[in-house]
Amino acid sequence: MEHTPPPFFKRGPAPLVRLAFFASLSVALLVADARFKYAESIRSVIGIAAYPLQQIATAPGQLFERVIGFFASQSSLQKENAELRAKLVVTAQNAQRYEATSAELAQLRRLIGALERLEHKATPVEVLYSGRDPYTRKLMVDKGSSQGVRAGQAVIDDSGVVGQVTRTHPMVSEVTLLTDKDQAIPVQVVRNGLRAVAFGGGASGALELRFLAANAEIQNGDRLVTSGIDGTYPPGLPVASVVRVERDASAAFARIVCQPAAGVERNRYLLVLSSNARLPDYPDEAVPQIERKGKVRVKRRKEAADGR
Amino acid sequence: MVFERPQYILLPVRVSTIVISFAIALLLNFLPWKDLTLVPDFVALTLTFWCVRQPRLVGLGVAWTLGLLMDTGNGVLLGEHALTYSLIAFFAITLSRRILWFPWLQQAMHIAALLLSVQLVGVGVRMAAGGAFPGWTVLVGPLLAALLWPVLSFVLLAPQRRPVEVDDTRPI
Repeated sequence: MEHTPPPFFKRGPAPLVRLAFFASLSVALLVADARFKYAESIRSVIGIAAYPLQQIATAPGQLFERVIGFFASQSSLQKENAELRAKLVVTAQNAQRYEATSAELAQLRRLIGALERLEHKATPVEVLYSGRDPYTRKLMVDKGSSQGVRAGQAVIDDSGVVGQVTRTHPMVSEVTLLTDKDQAIPVQVVRNGLRAVAFGGGASGALELRFLAANAEIQNGDRLVTSGIDGTYPPGLPVASVVRVERDASAAFARIVCQPAAGVERNRYLLVLSSNARLPDYPDEAVPQIERKGKVRVKRRKEAADGR
Repeated sequence: MVFERPQYILLPVRVSTIVISFAIALLLNFLPWKDLTLVPDFVALTLTFWCVRQPRLVGLGVAWTLGLLMDTGNGVLLGEHALTYSLIAFFAITLSRRILWFPWLQQAMHIAALLLSVQLVGVGVRMAAGGAFPGWTVLVGPLLAALLWPVLSFVLLAPQRRPVEVDDTRPI
C-alpha cells in the first residue's frame, strides 16, 4: 500500500503482512476443520465463550412468549383444553391398542428367539436458534454432552424424525436437519418394505430418494419410516411421504421427491433419542488373504458406527 | 469534499464502548432470525466501523477473534468468518484514510462495495467446501448493512460527542 506511514513510527508489521498472516491462519483452520476434523477441541473451548451470548440472545424471545402466555385469554385456554381432551380419548384408544399389540409382538418375538428391541431413552430439548448459515440446515439445541447428548443420536418431534445430533458442546449441541444437503437417512417403504436412503434436498425443504431403479415399486403417497438397519436411528419412526415420482426412460434411476413427515423447520421442542441398541459386529470375511481388504472393512465399520 | 458540514471534535474513544458495541452486535447476530440470508451481518458492520474510526485499536487480530466466535456460535467451518472478517478489517483500515471525507451516502456506498465483495469471498469459500449455493438473496444482507451505516455511525459516535463536563450555563 502506498499509504503506509514512514518507518519512524513503530506500528508493528504492515497491514498487508498481518492480513497474510491471519488469512493463512484462517485457511489452515478451514482445511483442518473440513478435511481432517482436527478443530473440534478448539471449537468446544470457544463454544463455552460464546455460550452466554447465545443464551442472552434467545432470552427476549422466551420472555415475549412467557408474557404472551400469561395474557392468553381464558376462553382460548378452555377451547384448547376441550380440544386436548378430545384428542386424549383418541390417543388413549391408540395407546391401549399399542400396548396390546406390543405385548403380543414381544411374545411372538420371544417365540422366534429374536432380539428384543431395547427401549429408547429420550431427552427433551429446546431449540435455541437456527445456525446463521444459509448453506446448511442446522439447529442449536439447549442440551449438550454434559446432559448426555451424544453425536449421532436421532432427533424427533411429535410426528417424525427431524434430524441427527452432529456435534456436541458441553452445554449446547448442533442438530443437522434431514433437509441438509449432506444428510442421509436409511428408510423403508411401509407398504412393501422396500429399503432406500433418503438424502436432504437443501433449500427446497424436501427429501430425495436416490439410486432407486427407474422401475422400483414406489408411488405417490407412500409413507417412509426409518429402517433401523444402520443401528443409529430406531426402526419405525415416520420420516417422509412420497410426493412426486419421475420415471425417465433415459435415466437409470427414478427421481423421487418426498415431503418430511415431521415439522423439520417448525418446532421449538424436540426429543433426542439415545440409541443403546448394539449391533453385532460385521462377520469376518471368508477369504482373509490380503491385508488391504481388512483395512477397508475396518473403515466401513467405522462409518457405520458414525451413522453416516 | 464537503466543508459546510460542522466538523465535530470528538472525545477519545473508550475501550468499553468498543467492547460493548461488539457484544451487542454478536447478540444481534445470534438472534433467531427467520430468513438468514436477508439479515445484515451486524458484527461485520460494527467491525468495519471501528476499523475505519480506530484503526490503531481495532485491527486484524480483533477481527479474526470475532470471526472465530461467529464460526463456533453458528457451527460452521472453523475459519470461514475469521477469514472474511480479516479481509473486512484489512480493507476497512486501508479505506479509513479517505472514507471519512465523503458525505454519509457515499460512505455507505464504499461500505456496500466492501461488504458485498467480502460476502462473495465467503460464498466462494463455502461452495469450495461443498456447500450449496444459497441463492442471490445473500447479496441483500450486505446492502442492508450499508444502509444501516449512517445510523450505526451516529449511534456509535454518540458517546464521543457528549461534552467533557456537563454545564447548563455554557453558551454553546
